[in-house]
This record gives sequence, C-alpha cells and structure tokens, in this order.
Amino acid sequence: MSADVIRLADLKIGSPRGPRRPAKGGCSAAACGAPAKPEDVPAATWAKIQDHPCFAEEAHHYFARMHVAVAPACNMQCNYCNRRYDCANESRPGVVSERLTPDEAARKVIAVANEVPQLAVLGIAGPGDGAYDWARTKATFERVHAELPDLKLCLSTNGLALPERVDELKEMNVAHVTVTINMVDPAVGAAIYPWIFYQGRRRTGLEAARILHERQMESLERLAAADILVKVNSVLIPGINEAHMADVHAAVTARGAFLHNIMPLISAPEHGTAFGLEGRRGPTAAELQEAQASCGGGARLMRHCRQCRADAVGMLGEDRGQEFTLDQLPDEVSFDPTERDAYRAWVEVERADRREAAAAADAEAGTAGATAAAPPLRVAVCTKGGGRINAHFGKTEEFQIYDVDADGVRFVAPRRIDTYCVGGRGDEKVMAAIKDALADVQMILCERIGKRPRRELAVAGIAAVDAFPLAYIETAIAAVYARTGRADGTAGA
Amino acid sequence: MAYKILTSQCTVCGACEFECPNAAISLKRGTYVIDPNLCNECQGFFDAPQCDEVCPVPGTCVPAKGGGKAARG
Repeated sequence: MSADVIRLADLKIGSPRGPRRPAKGGCSAAACGAPAKPEDVPAATWAKIQDHPCFAEEAHHYFARMHVAVAPACNMQCNYCNRRYDCANESRPGVVSERLTPDEAARKVIAVANEVPQLAVLGIAGPGDGAYDWARTKATFERVHAELPDLKLCLSTNGLALPERVDELKEMNVAHVTVTINMVDPAVGAAIYPWIFYQGRRRTGLEAARILHERQMESLERLAAADILVKVNSVLIPGINEAHMADVHAAVTARGAFLHNIMPLISAPEHGTAFGLEGRRGPTAAELQEAQASCGGGARLMRHCRQCRADAVGMLGEDRGQEFTLDQLPDEVSFDPTERDAYRAWVEVERADRREAAAAADAEAGTAGATAAAPPLRVAVCTKGGGRINAHFGKTEEFQIYDVDADGVRFVAPRRIDTYCVGGRGDEKVMAAIKDALADVQMILCERIGKRPRRELAVAGIAAVDAFPLAYIETAIAAVYARTGRADGTAGA
Repeated sequence: MAYKILTSQCTVCGACEFECPNAAISLKRGTYVIDPNLCNECQGFFDAPQCDEVCPVPGTCVPAKGGGKAARG
C-alpha cells in the first residue's frame, strides 16, 4: 500500500517532476467548465471548493476522494440501475464490493487518510440513497467528523428524501451535496423511473415522476437557503432526455445549483438494468458534447467526472478501493496528520506555479491564433496527474482531450482505452481501437512513445509528440499550437 | 397473516427494515428475516405491506403460506 504514497522528500516546488510518484488520474485545464481558479467564483465559494476534486476542476489534480458504501437502501427504482449486480471490476455509480457499518466506515476513512495524503473528501453515494438510508449516513458522518474534522463531507442523493435532511446536513457541516436530476418534466421522468416509494406507498408513472420532480426542486431551494453548495448530476439517456438537458440546466441553475454534470448513460445488457435489457445504448462522445453545448456557452459544467463507484478510493480516474477492503483494515487505527499536512503545504505552492503556467499558455495561444491564424487543434494528452505530460503512450489507460485555439486551451473530456503496451509488446487490436477513439484528434502529447506506434498513428493522421516530457499540459499545448501556426496550419509539423 | 423474505433474491439493502411499522424485520446472520409473530401485513398502518412496496427486487417479500405460526393458509 505504501508504495504509492507520495514521498515528501521528493516534493520540489515548481519542479517539472512534481512528486516522484505523481498522483494518478486527473487531467488539466485552463478553462474546463468546472471552476479552475479562484477568479472564477466568489472568494467564499472558492474556499469551499478548492480541495474538492469534483467541484473544482483544478482540485482534482491534487486531491482525492473516497466513498464509503454505508447506505444500501433506496427509495426508488431507476431504469439504469440494477441493485442485484455487483462486480469488483466495474467502475460505475451504485456498484460496490462490500458494505460497511458506520463504525467500519470510520475505521476505513482513517486508514485511507493515513495512506493517501491527498484525501480531502468523504462522500456517501449509496449504493442506495444516503438521504433515505439516513440513520447510517448520519452516524457515519458524525463518527468521521469526530476523528477527522478537516475532511470535507459530501452526500450524493436522488433528492426524494432530502428536503427534511437539509437542516441536519447543515448542522453537521456537510458543505457539498450532489442531487441526480434527469428531468424537470414528469412526462420525461415516467420513462426513467418505474416507481418511487413515498409516504408509505409505491407510486408509478406520471404520479411518481411528478412527486420526484417537486421534491428535487424543493431540495435545491432548501440547500441554497442553507448555503450548501450543490452539484446536479444528469444521466444523458439517448432517445429520452437528450433534448431536455437545456431545460434541466435552466431549472437547476435558477434554483442555485453551482455546477451541472451531464454524464453518459452506462448501459450493458449484462448489467441487467431495464435500459440495458431493452438495448438502449449510451450516448456517443459527440452526443454528450452536443448536450453540454445546448446548455449555453457560459454554463458551469463538470467535464472531468469519472462516474465512480459507491466505494471508490483515490484520485478521480483511479480506484484504490481494493487496497482498503475490510479484511485489510487494522482493528484499531489512529490518524497521523504528518504526511497530510506536508502534502497540503506542497500543493499550495505547486498549484500556484501551475496556475501561472496555464495563464502564460493561454496568452501564447492567443498570440499564435491571432498573428499566425493557426487553425484550432484537438490534442490527446497522456498524463499520470499533477497537470503534467508524464505518462508513456503505451501505458496510458485514459487520454485527456483538449482543444486549443486563439481563445486558449480548454479541457474537453477524458477518454478511456485499453493500454497499447502489454508485457513490452504493442497490441494491434488496441492500436485500432485507439485510432478509432481518437478519430477527431490531430495530435498526441506524451512523455515517450515507441517508433512503431508513432508510425502507425502518423498513417492515421495523428502526430505523436514527445518533445515536452514532464511539462505542464497547457504550456506544451500552447507551444505546439504556436508551432502549427508558424508552419502554416499543418498540425504536428 | 405474515410475509417472508426470499433470501436467495434479497439484496440485503435493509429498506424493508426501516419501513416495517411492526419492527418485525431484522438482520440475522447476514440476511433479513421477518418475525411471523410480529408481522401483520401492515394492517391498520398501510394499504399494502411496506416491505413489498419498497423492495427493489420484485417477488422477494411475499406471503408466507404456512410458513410461520401466524401465517395464513
């Protein structure tokens, strides 16, 4: 377990290497929809979100979250959820390998805090509904808060049972809540929710969707009144709510939601969900971007979501849950803040350095776009975190997609793939899948790449560039963009 | 008149436990069971048995035909 822990002796401010063992996962962005820097939001808000990897895009380069699966009971059925299917290798919401009592959860949180100095947030995201399964949720928050008072507490819920819990959440200092809202029109909702359980009765059809909608809106209003920051998650379901996303966005922002996260439906027949069994597919990357665009250019959207499990541990994009299963936890564990405090001190300086680099990169892209009329460029970046180009092409499981034009460098989305390099040899099937996944990309930026994959990518029209090892992502993208401008618009020249 | 839980289908989510107005449901050795002496199928409280109303797996909370001392049939 300790192998992955950041060695404090290796932390050097502003060093291109960053932590010797950089935090895995994460991407980088000067202008992701989620707030990236303090200037984007009021100071009081920034203080709340700066260490929360889901609420502040920048924070997810440096801070980790964990979910504890203490709340298995749910008060409704969604057509994208099947409560009988659990798999340790699955990464999607609602899936867990083991459930914990509040006491076990508190022990696990302390054990993780000792091993993962990046830990900043404890979330309860089911696997059922934490606001409905309230006794267990509340007991867990109270126990953890008593041991680790600076850990941020976070709840993810469908909102049906939430309105009556807002006052208690406020008292317990829960500063972040995520509500999953897929519709604001009961006619749309009736196709997503077969039933809800409300006030002693199972309700179906339009009645169910109408009650859920009213309770969700009431939740948003009460949370806003209590000054609790709200993120809204919406599952994008092709054929059901894709044309409805702009309405959802308008309704939730009007009620004070801080951030909107439109997530693709995950739907496979083997999961046994109603949508999976009826063959409803998830949206394509283009459909997801279209739905995001329909919410308007200035919308505050989360684009770095990894749709993590209800027992995920670690940085976004990685899951170290298997290192902290119940059988591996010590019976007694006490919190040691030394590494955690040192890590936070390092992040403080490192993130200021990176912010400066990102601003300089935007300025450079602006100059290149204006003076050389360089065409926009879409780039896939290989990174292990820290906002740097520090991963080999062959070892990359997730490309970070960026767009650059005269307005600057913008994060688009993560894209997961299988690694190309297995046991020292390239896999041809994987190469074909990578070319497919990156069909709209003109350039790959990586720390290193072999001759053969470089040739194969070139044939597919993708230039692989490894001239910027360990550089900040924005800096490197701005530099290649400036170069394409000088080379008369030929990408990767 | 009592209900029972089909263990093989139960996801052990516990929703039935907090909805039961008779406190007839408890976790025993990793599975939820209904005490037939306490269960009255929610008569006098609700129109329908709450365990069956809230259970996420259809046909898991069912009448215990001849199952317990107080069972019907």
